[in-house]
Amino acid sequence: MLSIKNLYVSINGKEILKDLNLEVKAGEIHAIMGPNGTGKSTLASVIAGRENYEVVSGTIIYNGMDLLRLPAEQRAREGVFLGFQYPVEIPGVSITNFIRTAINEQRKYKGLDPMPAQEFIAKMEEVKKMLNIQFNLANRSVNEGFSGGEKKKNEIFQMAMLNPKLAILDETDSGLDIDALKIVANGINQIKTDENAFIIITHYQRLLEYIIPDFVHILFDGKIVKSGGKELAIELEEKGYDWIKHET
Amino acid sequence: MEQENQKIINEVTSGKYKYGFVTGIETETVPKGLNEQIIRSISSKKNEPEFLLNFRLKSYRKWLSMKEPRWAKLEYPEINYQDIIYYAAPKKKQNDKSIDNIDPELKATFDKLGISLEEQKRLAGVAVDAVFDSVSVATTYQKTLENLGIVFCSFSEAVQKHPDLIEKYLGTVVPYDDNFFSALNSAVFSDGSFCYIPKKVRCPIELSTYFRINAAGTGQFERTLIIADEGAYVSYMEGCTAPMRDENQLHAAVVEIIALKDAEVKYSTVQNWYPGDREGRGGIYNFVTKRGICKGANSKISWTQVETGSAITWKYPSCILYGDNSNAEFYSVALTNNYQQADTGTKMIHIGKNTGSTIISKGISAGNSNNSYRGLVKMTKNATNSRNYSQCDSLLMGDKCGAHTFPYIKVENTSAIVEHEATTSKISDDQLFYCQQRGISRENAVELIVNGYAKDVLNKLPMEFAVEARKLLSISLEGNIG
Ligand SMILES: Nc1ncnc2c1ncn2[C@@H]1O[C@H](COP(=O)(O)OP(=O)(O)OP(=O)(O)O)[C@@H](O)[C@H]1O
Ligand SMILES: [Mg+2]
Repeated sequence: MLSIKNLYVSINGKEILKDLNLEVKAGEIHAIMGPNGTGKSTLASVIAGRENYEVVSGTIIYNGMDLLRLPAEQRAREGVFLGFQYPVEIPGVSITNFIRTAINEQRKYKGLDPMPAQEFIAKMEEVKKMLNIQFNLANRSVNEGFSGGEKKKNEIFQMAMLNPKLAILDETDSGLDIDALKIVANGINQIKTDENAFIIITHYQRLLEYIIPDFVHILFDGKIVKSGGKELAIELEEKGYDWIKHET
Repeated sequence: MEQENQKIINEVTSGKYKYGFVTGIETETVPKGLNEQIIRSISSKKNEPEFLLNFRLKSYRKWLSMKEPRWAKLEYPEINYQDIIYYAAPKKKQNDKSIDNIDPELKATFDKLGISLEEQKRLAGVAVDAVFDSVSVATTYQKTLENLGIVFCSFSEAVQKHPDLIEKYLGTVVPYDDNFFSALNSAVFSDGSFCYIPKKVRCPIELSTYFRINAAGTGQFERTLIIADEGAYVSYMEGCTAPMRDENQLHAAVVEIIALKDAEVKYSTVQNWYPGDREGRGGIYNFVTKRGICKGANSKISWTQVETGSAITWKYPSCILYGDNSNAEFYSVALTNNYQQADTGTKMIHIGKNTGSTIISKGISAGNSNNSYRGLVKMTKNATNSRNYSQCDSLLMGDKCGAHTFPYIKVENTSAIVEHEATTSKISDDQLFYCQQRGISRENAVELIVNGYAKDVLNKLPMEFAVEARKLLSISLEGNIG
């Protein structure tokens, strides 16, 4: 599904990703861990198509497409979803209106008519129920005045509504209380099928108690220095990043 | 990135004016220029009573001694008032007011504007008084209104049928000598709308008027008078779009609202006159005086406006809070693009005790435009325990446009409270990327964010108007409109 080869990325002349390689297949869950500032969000942003990063060299192939050539909105319409580490506020735009606009633009891209209002409302209800999300989404502006945890739940809610093929979740588990963490984990498990894939960026092993990753990668200083199964996360939690520093 | 942003901004701010066209309906006009003879001729064409002719002449003489105001943050060439035609009426006499007997060409004009009367008729609950050029040609729902004693007709018709009301109220809120443009209007006004809601009557439908400018070189001097008697309620909507023209067209309307004891008037406008082309050529000069008086105790007036058109807008819908416990609101979205200039805002003059006013102003500037908010809040000596809350926000798109806020506050009563907040913001890259990451194009993201920004005002509009207003905001910003 996703194949990243020899990726070098700079921002403002500063080299951030250095020779990064990653293969993700449909049906897989990958966890990416690593110390602050090593480039995890940078990787997520580059996959999603954020513009102020300079891809110096390397390729990203996604379902046969040269992803780096597509504008961000087209990547999204092709099924790439990014759950933001810091979701931005959009005052005055209700979540309902926002998601509906997104869904309808994605449908238009696929040659479908806009989703009828009834169907949309039903889908919202269904997803709310599935995720067990309580807070009243419909009338509030996107992320405006949301608590940290609510913002993260909102990201998961949007993911469930949009049904992506490749979901990248950037620290969606940070700052969540234990119930919210379960909601997020449960959401991911509900949405997961053999046809989609997840890249979960996290600092904590605790999320991985609820979501069993197929692979855990350690990103250090702009490149993946170690990959393994879920036991790698446990080892990391015990030994800390110093252990990695010594190994490399 | 910067470049890319600039490109996007250029794209979204380059929407060509969608409603530019000229219809070929023959009009009857008076010769160009202004003198007492012209004024007498307008008055006699309209078969006006003597008091009205005198009102016009008095205004004209005053106007001659007045100077065009230049204090606003607006730049425009000298206007030659002798080069304007002061009266034009559709030639065919429209005796039959039925909607099915309208001049087919006129009907086609409305169709092109996307607000065909046919459709309007079906839009339940909307009575349409269509003003084409200067004379009203179609009125619907007349019967329903008549049964309630509501008078809703063209100004000329009201002059014939209700001269007493006109004489009693005309010029009482905007005196004939109030300002240069209102004096001019008082001298030469051609037509407009009149509305009277009797005591304790709640007008069951939204009253709506569509103004059009259509005859080449014809100045528009509309006159509107709305009176809500004790305990009455009315929601009045006015909207307009104009044909593409090369030469500048002057518009100087006057609107007066009177709310008596316990009465409420809601006045909503969507203004979309031809703003000029992308280089700033042409476009309407819009110098409007709108003022309401909360005359009786517990009365209420609200102005809601969405301003997207005109090359130049000079407009300050105001309220005099005369009655105790009266209340006034001003909700405004003013969007300027290309070389448009807008200097708009409001005045809230608190006279009665326990009076309250709210001002929410949302400016949006794009292209090379200039957008100013100018507001006056005055608490006079007697305005004990009165309050004002003002919020003036500016949204900038690109770095070639300007936004300015000029709040004037005068407080002569120590128990009065005046609060003022102002913000200036830009659409951030983070917001755009967030939208794009969900599959929303950059253009639609801008539309979404702008509509969100203006939401507090748009929500105040009557439903059917809100839809049109949203459409207008995006049309005014959109690129590649075919
Ligand atoms: N606009 C920018 N200009 C300069 N440096 C930047 C910019 N954006 C990010 N960086 C730097 O790039 C590096 C990688 O940042 P990134 O956000 O990808 O880290 P991260 O692994 O997600 O960290 P965290 O765990 O704290 O979220 C950091 O050193 C950061 O300061
Ligand atoms: Mg990060």
